Amino acid sequence: MTIDKNNYSRRDFFKKSGAIAGSVLFASILSPFKPVYAIEEPKGKGKWYGIGIDIDKCIGCASCARACKNENDVPLEPFFFRNWIEQYTITNDGEIKVSSPNGGIDGFKQILPEKDIYKTFFVPKMCNHCAKSPCTQVCPVGASFETEEGLALVDQSYCIGCGYCVQACPYGCRYMHPEKHVVDKCTLCYHRLQKGLDPACMMACPTGARIYGDLHDKNSSIVKFVKENNCVVLKPQLNTGAKLYYNSLSQEVH
Amino acid sequence: MPIQVKRLLIAFALFFIVFFILVYFLFPESWGDIGPYRSLALKEIADKEPKYVDTESCTMCHDSIANLKNDGEHKSINCQTCHGVGYKHVNEPETNKMDIPKGRDFCARCHALNAARPKNIIKQVDVNEHNKGEECVSCHNPHKP
Repeated sequence: MTIDKNNYSRRDFFKKSGAIAGSVLFASILSPFKPVYAIEEPKGKGKWYGIGIDIDKCIGCASCARACKNENDVPLEPFFFRNWIEQYTITNDGEIKVSSPNGGIDGFKQILPEKDIYKTFFVPKMCNHCAKSPCTQVCPVGASFETEEGLALVDQSYCIGCGYCVQACPYGCRYMHPEKHVVDKCTLCYHRLQKGLDPACMMACPTGARIYGDLHDKNSSIVKFVKENNCVVLKPQLNTGAKLYYNSLSQEVH
Repeated sequence: MPIQVKRLLIAFALFFIVFFILVYFLFPESWGDIGPYRSLALKEIADKEPKYVDTESCTMCHDSIANLKNDGEHKSINCQTCHGVGYKHVNEPETNKMDIPKGRDFCARCHALNAARPKNIIKQVDVNEHNKGEECVSCHNPHKP
């Protein structure tokens, strides 16, 4: 189709432009722009799980990491973790050192004499069960998904083991299972939750530094924890809708 | 209708028929019931047997030790945090014994001196200085330290 330049008047141009602009406007009324929320509203009316970690109470014993490996058949050798602990040490010179010997399972050794330390603390890490999880969005076969309870899970019989989600997770919470050759990650012990038991890491924590519960329930321990403490999530600038809340987290933690 | 358009329409129709047949056979059962995933996967994950049993299973038989522990400073610790998973022991207590941890390293996991450990939460000792060479359990009862 060619346009005859000689017969194409200004009037025709305005007519066609008006028609295009009008139809775009009409289409936008039919499907209005959806607002982007900082934390997405849950779809279901049921439970909506969130996790809290009270850093002031964590003693770095790694009972949580050990319990998780026992409960979920995570390979015992290093670098396969569903949850782990990091020790942050900030020196008087402002240098930040992070250590995590075998995810904390081998026990922490204080790496510097106390006079050189400005600040040191433990940070337990695990899946954030994000409301807008980057990991589930990249799965090419739909084997990674978010449940209506707000848990990011992996359908291991359907996963093709491409490892794209391992790269997509900004918190490093997924790993490739060396025997099953599929991705494995924290399920917040979904099999235990469904039977009315606490997740293994929550059960094993000796000081009650780990809290979880229903964010919809105003009386749950997690809502109380988030309300009473000044809580932050990791990497909020990524807008992942993380639901792992840390109490009194230093901004050096990433 | 020109013959070219007719041929194109037939080609498109064939493509869509083959496409929908493939979709019908390749999509797994229960796909899309709740969301863009197999809802049966939820059941598969939920069916896994828990390995850590609930504390009532421990106190049913070991009530005197549980009472001792619940009076002491270790009351907030679950039995299986130290003694390992209990699902085998609950079913066959005679053949499957629980772990009885010994040694200074085990206690040091929590009680070794470390500046990162909050002092008001946990009592700490310098493992290299405090009664060198002695087993912790020879002085401290782990159920009532």
